[in-house]
Amino acid sequence: MVGPAPGGGSPLENANPLIYRRSGERPVTAREEDDELPDSIDDREIFDLIRSINDPEHPLTLEELNVVEQVRVKVNDAESTVVVEFTPTIPHCSMATLIGLSIKVKLIRSLPERFKVDVHITPGTQASEHAVNKQLADKERVAAASHLLEVVNQCLSARS
Amino acid sequence: MKDSLSLLARIAAHPDSRCWFLAWDPSGTLLASCGGDRSIRLWGKEGSGWVCKSVLGEGHQRTIRKVAWSPCGSYLASASFDATTCIWKKSQDEFECVTTLEGHENEVKSVSWAPSGSLLATCSRDKSVWVWEVDEEDEYECVSVLNAHTQDVKHVVWHPNQELLASASYDDTVKLYREEEDDWVCCATLEGHESTVWSLAFDQSGERLASCSDDKTVRIWHQYKPGNEEGMVCSGADPSWKCICTLSGFHTRTIYDVAWCRLTGALATACGDDAIRIFEEEPLSSPQQPTFALTAHMPRAHSQDVNCVAWNPKEPGLLASCSDDGELAFWKYQRPEVC
Repeated sequence: MVGPAPGGGSPLENANPLIYRRSGERPVTAREEDDELPDSIDDREIFDLIRSINDPEHPLTLEELNVVEQVRVKVNDAESTVVVEFTPTIPHCSMATLIGLSIKVKLIRSLPERFKVDVHITPGTQASEHAVNKQLADKERVAAASHLLEVVNQCLSARS
Repeated sequence: MKDSLSLLARIAAHPDSRCWFLAWDPSGTLLASCGGDRSIRLWGKEGSGWVCKSVLGEGHQRTIRKVAWSPCGSYLASASFDATTCIWKKSQDEFECVTTLEGHENEVKSVSWAPSGSLLATCSRDKSVWVWEVDEEDEYECVSVLNAHTQDVKHVVWHPNQELLASASYDDTVKLYREEEDDWVCCATLEGHESTVWSLAFDQSGERLASCSDDKTVRIWHQYKPGNEEGMVCSGADPSWKCICTLSGFHTRTIYDVAWCRLTGALATACGDDAIRIFEEEPLSSPQQPTFALTAHMPRAHSQDVNCVAWNPKEPGLLASCSDDGELAFWKYQRPEVC
């Protein structure tokens, strides 16, 4: 699906990334504390699921690198759709696909199965935007990308 | 319109995994399903319900993506992400894996038998289509490796009565192949889809081919032979194929499969928006510029993406479908009364 896995002594593709401040914790509303009322899934909830995903090559989260932002998350609970746009820090295909795959796998694992999860690159931020988006949308190729699962799991695991 | 498609049965066919594909045997009595659990299940009718007649396991190490029956119904071929294709032979009521076809570099996506039963085609993410010849001793030999596509090949299907092969690809095209002096050649490329072409279906005559795509359209292609009355230009002796109809605006997500009923002419689609839709050619439309009407729409036919639709070859209107939710469903389609 993509090139060789990152790491392994190769030079970093983006040696000096800009680091952004993390957002605060999500305020809990009175409505949410009331167990009697149904809660629909909102943008912030989706953002919380993906903001602490690790970057494949830096000890930083996707939020700290501004790869994901809450304003680029769109959820429609009633129609069971989630759309996430992400902004790669570098114009390199293998990292962009891997990051997108990590976001997609995280959401598919976390959300109820009824959700349709669409992950693509923020328009105009990547030369290979169309190719990466097409790969991420192809569920058959995503299903077959088992050789990438180990790297994806590393991105998804909480840092020790 | 909604009443034209009614649910007959719903079965958890491949629990906890995807059900990827279905294929009816030529007699229409057995339905094969395959999925992410690496098994093939054979379904038959008992009384008024459908039951699992056998489970074919241990043939593959990874997901079984598609299955296909030989025209005689004695063999079943299975295409797997483990890069192999298994041939299962029926003896009494049991199926046994008799051959494993190897050669593709990675995932095999589809498999199809030629109408004669002596040729088999497979395709893969390695961008190639392989044509295999079968002899009387059940020996398989690869007779051609076709590298016409530039990307992952999603589907292969043979013409209903000729040795003409069609393939659909991630490179957004459909290609056709025929034999020429002991080798196989690509004789047509059908361009028009704006994204991955997921599946193909010939109509009963083989003069028309339907393709479905990630671009949310279905296209109907028509074959024009050299010297055709319509004046369509052909190069050499090969027929040319032209898109004569595009069904757009009906589907809201990727269309994963299309099935053209050989008995009734009804066209069914399997969509990533969980719906099944059925179209029929409008009787008064021109054969050269046909229009198709949506005659059934079943939203939420499954709880997740619909991956496959398959018309029973003997019983008109009996449709099977399967989904990412692991379920298999049987439907009765009745053409709505047209005044």
